[in-house]
Amino acid sequence: MLIINVIAFVAIFSALMVVFHRSPMVSVVFLIVNLVCIALFFLFLHAQFLFAIQLIVYAGAIMVLFVFVVMLLNLRQEEEQRPGWRIQRALAFVAGPLLVGALWTALWRRGRSSEAFPGGFSSGFGTAEDIGRLLFNDYLFQFEAASVLLVVAMIGAVVLARRRES
Amino acid sequence: MEPSVLSLIIESLVKVVFVIGLVMGGVTYMTWVERRVAAIIQDRLGPNRVGIAGLLQPIADGLKFLFKEDVIPPHVYKPFYILAPTLIFIPSLLGSTVIPFGDSIHLFGRDIPLRVADLNVGILFIFAMSAMGVYGIALAGWASNNKFSLMGGLRSSAQLISYELAMGLSVVGVLMAAGSLRLNEVVEYQSGFHWNAFTQPIGLLCFVVAAFAETNRAPFDLPECESELVAGYHTEYSSMKFAMFMMAEYANMITAAALMVTLFFGGWQVPGLSKASLSPLAVSLIQVGAFLFKTAFFLFLFVWVRWTLPRFRFDQLMDLGWKALFPLALLQVFATGLGILKGWL
Repeated sequence: MLIINVIAFVAIFSALMVVFHRSPMVSVVFLIVNLVCIALFFLFLHAQFLFAIQLIVYAGAIMVLFVFVVMLLNLRQEEEQRPGWRIQRALAFVAGPLLVGALWTALWRRGRSSEAFPGGFSSGFGTAEDIGRLLFNDYLFQFEAASVLLVVAMIGAVVLARRRES
Repeated sequence: MEPSVLSLIIESLVKVVFVIGLVMGGVTYMTWVERRVAAIIQDRLGPNRVGIAGLLQPIADGLKFLFKEDVIPPHVYKPFYILAPTLIFIPSLLGSTVIPFGDSIHLFGRDIPLRVADLNVGILFIFAMSAMGVYGIALAGWASNNKFSLMGGLRSSAQLISYELAMGLSVVGVLMAAGSLRLNEVVEYQSGFHWNAFTQPIGLLCFVVAAFAETNRAPFDLPECESELVAGYHTEYSSMKFAMFMMAEYANMITAAALMVTLFFGGWQVPGLSKASLSPLAVSLIQVGAFLFKTAFFLFLFVWVRWTLPRFRFDQLMDLGWKALFPLALLQVFATGLGILKGWL
């Protein structure tokens, strides 16, 4: 329990640092820390497969791309131009409370039902077999639709890169 | 209840110490092997002065690293500069903990499985750790605040994420055949000389090539290619911090070699050992010995290739990864699928 609390604290702290730190590179590193913390939560739920996938896909592959982009940006200029537009700020004041409200109601509803407790999960929760069964039986259509979407996005990226070349 | 928990803790601790000690000892002596083998290949002597046949050379080197001045250049971004060697070193050691180095050994009236952690996603854990190792290199390159380092860091991250795909795909065939992500079950599947190396040669080829790239070894050592980038991402590092990069490289090599043995060469299995009537303890020890021997062979292969093949160019490296290894590994997945469907495997 103590370990989970420590990880939770690190997760929240790193999430705050992502938003508040001035240097984009430091923000990216804290985002990685945050994602690793989430992977550790999966591990504590005995979802070893999810733990590994979270590390490989989110903390690994996706964040490497973030690191890449930030490394190639001209950081000094970016830092000077930091203060954003006014509309952005105004929107943030509206969107922030909305998000908090949505999350709160979701958690509140969930918290009253018995499913919220770890004991309520099926014994195979988060194993490779369980995820495989969900993806290829219960949610096959959604899974395939998402993969088509990704292929389209990939082709789009290739087309954009090609156009600039010629 | 109390003594069994205590004995479990002691058992785990002993195993952790054994595996980490083995890897660190391997790292230390791989530097010696590397230099001696390089010398033999280049027809010279190599380090042979400290101790018998130069065997104490790694210890002398270690001491030297410890007592050298630790220079932190003024232009670096300190937090990441200091963090980076740790970030690369820890995952490289963690990866080795899920590899089964033997079946189980019967000691003090109980069966002790010979691996530190028996994750049901063992192989994915190793991939996750190698994915984490990328950050050490990328951050080292970025924090050094130096063109050569940055280029080295960028190259290495590009190389690692490209070859991770080919590596992951080349393993899929093995996992399909064994029907499990558990490394121990992959080894058990290969019992009776039914090694994956014979049934899945393309997968083996892709895996070995990708493993060379993943460990940043020649002919794929572009990130630290001295003719273009001085020393790549560790140009600005000195003393023990520099040593940590080197140790991480060798630890990764050991994990990669052990993984090759586990996935394709039957792990700790010795063909025909069950026919010889030996005591269970002797069988266990022979199996551990066989695993170490096979791993040592692949470690030698790493060194052998490094001093024999010239370095690739970066675009050739990327072409090889995406246009050759990736389709080949996919082919292997299809072939294995077909094999399972037809009942050949």
